[in-house]
Amino acid sequence: MSDLLDTAQRLLERVGASEEMEVFVSRGVETEVQAYDGEIENLSNSASAEIGVRILVDGPQGARVGSAYAGSLDEAAIAEAIASARDNAHFATEDEFVAFARPDGVDPVALSLSDPGVSTTPMERKVALALELEAMVRRGDPRIRQVDAANYSDYVSHAAIVSTTGISSSLERSGAFVSVEAIAADEHGDQTGWGLSVGRSPEQLSLELAAGDAIRRATRMLGAVKPASFKGVAVFDPRTAATLWSIMGSALSGDAVVRGRSFFAGRLGEMVASPQVTLIDDPTDARHFAASPFDAEGLASRRNELITQGRLRQFVYDTVSGRRAGVASTGSAVRAGVSGSPSAGCRALQLVPGDQDQDAIFRLVGDGVFVESLTGVHSGVNPISGDFSVGITGLMIRDGVLAEPVREVTIASTLQRMLLDVLMVGNDVQWLPGTAAAQTLAIDGVALSGR
Amino acid sequence: MSDTLVARDVVQRVLTESMGRGADFAEVFVEDRASSSATLDQRRIQELNSSRSRGAGIRVVIGETTGFAHTADLTEEGLLSAARAAAAVAREGRGGVRHAALEPLRDHRSRAEVTPGSVAKSKKIELMTRADEMARASGDAITQVQVALADSTRRFVVANSEGVYAGDDQVRTRFAVSCVANGDGGMQTGYRPLAATRGFEILSPDAIDEAARGAAQQALTKLSARPAPSGDLPVVLAGGSGGILFHEACGHGLEADAVLKQASVYAGKVGQRVASPLVTLVDDGTMFGEWGYFAVDDEGHRAARNVLIENGVLTDYMWDYLRARREGRVSSGNGRRQSYAHLPMVRMTNTYLMAGDESAEEIVAQTPRGVYVAQLGGGQVNTATGDFVFGATAAFLIENGRITTPLRDCNLIGNGPEILNRVDAVATDFSTTPGTCGKDGQQVAVGCGQATMRLSGITIGGTAA
Repeated sequence: MSDLLDTAQRLLERVGASEEMEVFVSRGVETEVQAYDGEIENLSNSASAEIGVRILVDGPQGARVGSAYAGSLDEAAIAEAIASARDNAHFATEDEFVAFARPDGVDPVALSLSDPGVSTTPMERKVALALELEAMVRRGDPRIRQVDAANYSDYVSHAAIVSTTGISSSLERSGAFVSVEAIAADEHGDQTGWGLSVGRSPEQLSLELAAGDAIRRATRMLGAVKPASFKGVAVFDPRTAATLWSIMGSALSGDAVVRGRSFFAGRLGEMVASPQVTLIDDPTDARHFAASPFDAEGLASRRNELITQGRLRQFVYDTVSGRRAGVASTGSAVRAGVSGSPSAGCRALQLVPGDQDQDAIFRLVGDGVFVESLTGVHSGVNPISGDFSVGITGLMIRDGVLAEPVREVTIASTLQRMLLDVLMVGNDVQWLPGTAAAQTLAIDGVALSGR
Repeated sequence: MSDTLVARDVVQRVLTESMGRGADFAEVFVEDRASSSATLDQRRIQELNSSRSRGAGIRVVIGETTGFAHTADLTEEGLLSAARAAAAVAREGRGGVRHAALEPLRDHRSRAEVTPGSVAKSKKIELMTRADEMARASGDAITQVQVALADSTRRFVVANSEGVYAGDDQVRTRFAVSCVANGDGGMQTGYRPLAATRGFEILSPDAIDEAARGAAQQALTKLSARPAPSGDLPVVLAGGSGGILFHEACGHGLEADAVLKQASVYAGKVGQRVASPLVTLVDDGTMFGEWGYFAVDDEGHRAARNVLIENGVLTDYMWDYLRARREGRVSSGNGRRQSYAHLPMVRMTNTYLMAGDESAEEIVAQTPRGVYVAQLGGGQVNTATGDFVFGATAAFLIENGRITTPLRDCNLIGNGPEILNRVDAVATDFSTTPGTCGKDGQQVAVGCGQATMRLSGITIGGTAA
């Protein structure tokens, strides 16, 4: 790890006069195994190295930044990236708020995010996990007709961010995943269900969990019907609730707020959600799969409470959006990979859990729809206007228990409305991969469109 | 960039090494991609970015198993090492050692007139600034304008153990305008993309002005939008982006990987009627300049025009090389990959509904009550059940045969086989639209197209009763 930090530090020596320079380097090894019909369909094992360079030049009206990326740490690739970033810097508009992060005195928490198991587990064992997972689903229920894909994947990555403004952070992390999609069939047709398990090493994975989830979801959708339209309560399972909170999180980005692209803009201190909602972005919580000691500018991660019992307390900021808003970075820089520029975003969301488990929520809700999958999130949710309309599958809730499965329906509301209409937050937190952990969530006032 | 990226004799030796432990098939894919992007936001040009990725992906097939490895090291040693890694999945060699005899390189040059590398960065900024000014001039309620410009030049050479040796040079240019309008009822958004597998010649002042005004107008119009209805209604889809309907309703289900795994509602239905007789659906990688256009696919097979559904009857699926080989047929030129670091799979190119013979105005006039969708913004499908959604980003009510009130964004949901039978009118005004298609974590550029058409009914995912 220190090798990579050294490599990055040495590159900073190439900074030009009156320039600042930031270097982000990453090295990784990935394995992917796909099993199908008792055979290994695809097996891939590869190493990669990447570099992102940003160069800042100061001018009378402010700073300008140019950036470049290379998918290799060869000298020629690095030299080309630095030259391109330098040239690109001349074409940005000078901006008084543009700056690189500087150390802010916040110490990073110690987190153990890497497990040697990914590297020490032999390939045969990883192959066996994918094959076992597929077999487990096939024999798990006679109604399973097909297993579309059973996958094992893992990675180990090292990353370092350094800058001439004093940033020097590095990080090692590993992850292992299994996922499986099952197709169940009966006389009415096919239904699908998807299951997964995640960990930092293969030993932490539970094939039973992934297989059981895929089988249960596929088989209980058999015979699904298109119900009549209604307006009422939707209960989201932890997986679909996590998707919802990720979307809400994108509107809590200080970057979206300062650019006038968030429906939360200008609402600090107001009740924007039901009192059940206390939403926290906390990458320092080791339980969260997205936990990390540093943000994407190399500043220490910290706990940010965004909504407290319904009241909007704060947004998350990176260096530049913070400067625009007149506040400090909250250690919330995110980037789309090594090539992306930093922006502000929620990184590891979680909600303060409520008291009830899922069954109790069904009982308390009485009648409604239980949502197990969402489709069309990228085409039907607009985090600027707040319009929300997605396809779902799930089961009706009648008299406090799950009833018939439903399909080919949409649910709709607005994101603003949904936050205020939160009825209950469950106690069944699932630490899912992605930017949000979540638990069962009941929301009122949702329009279901069906027959 | 050199013409072949890697010398022919090196490619030959890498293929031989790949096959050395007894493989059925081996392939070397070498790619060099240069891309650049810039964004204008809040009247400022933000960070310009340049990216360069070079590398090779090697796959080795033994029996039913494909081994894959990729490397950014294009030296002979780097390639041989990747070849050994890919071949290491050979649990036991079965065939003998075979030497690949490559055919002469079938190379293709981009037909881009103004290549991205020849355009000064200052010129790119001028184009973006023009769009910003044009959009802002469309109305005082426009509060935010974002303009994104991206181009990529992708050179690749692919060779395999059957002797295929082909190259392509793909230049893509994309310009998009996003606007936010602010009104009493909150914010609304408008969006217009301009994209082609061509160079900067597509970015004429007129085209930029039209995109900018279109995006601004869409956001302004939606300020007075009402919630969309819920329930089943007839829907008229305007020409162009409506093609996304077919991409989702049946395109993915006609990809041979889903079909061979019996994970598609269209499996086993060739020769059967699967759609209204008005539906003739084509996937065509040869449509020059379209977003999903190329000369050869990422497995070295020539792009082709494939009729998938003819007058409502399913005629064929789309194939990549491996699936086609298993079925004893030839690839349909649909083997694509996001980059050298990804395995190819069956993907669409430009998928479109052939035009009909009615007038678009007449179709609307003959719809007493329904929804008119002027722009679609993507969708998603479950190929095993056929259920799919697609999002309307610009829609209006149709009342008494006239387009009236604008509606807020919503998804529409249906089942592919049912919806294909509900196409009851197709007009003559064919046009296309660019999109990005995601499948198993890989993104590729695709085109969609159709003429104005009507569905006799589909479920609208709004909130109004």
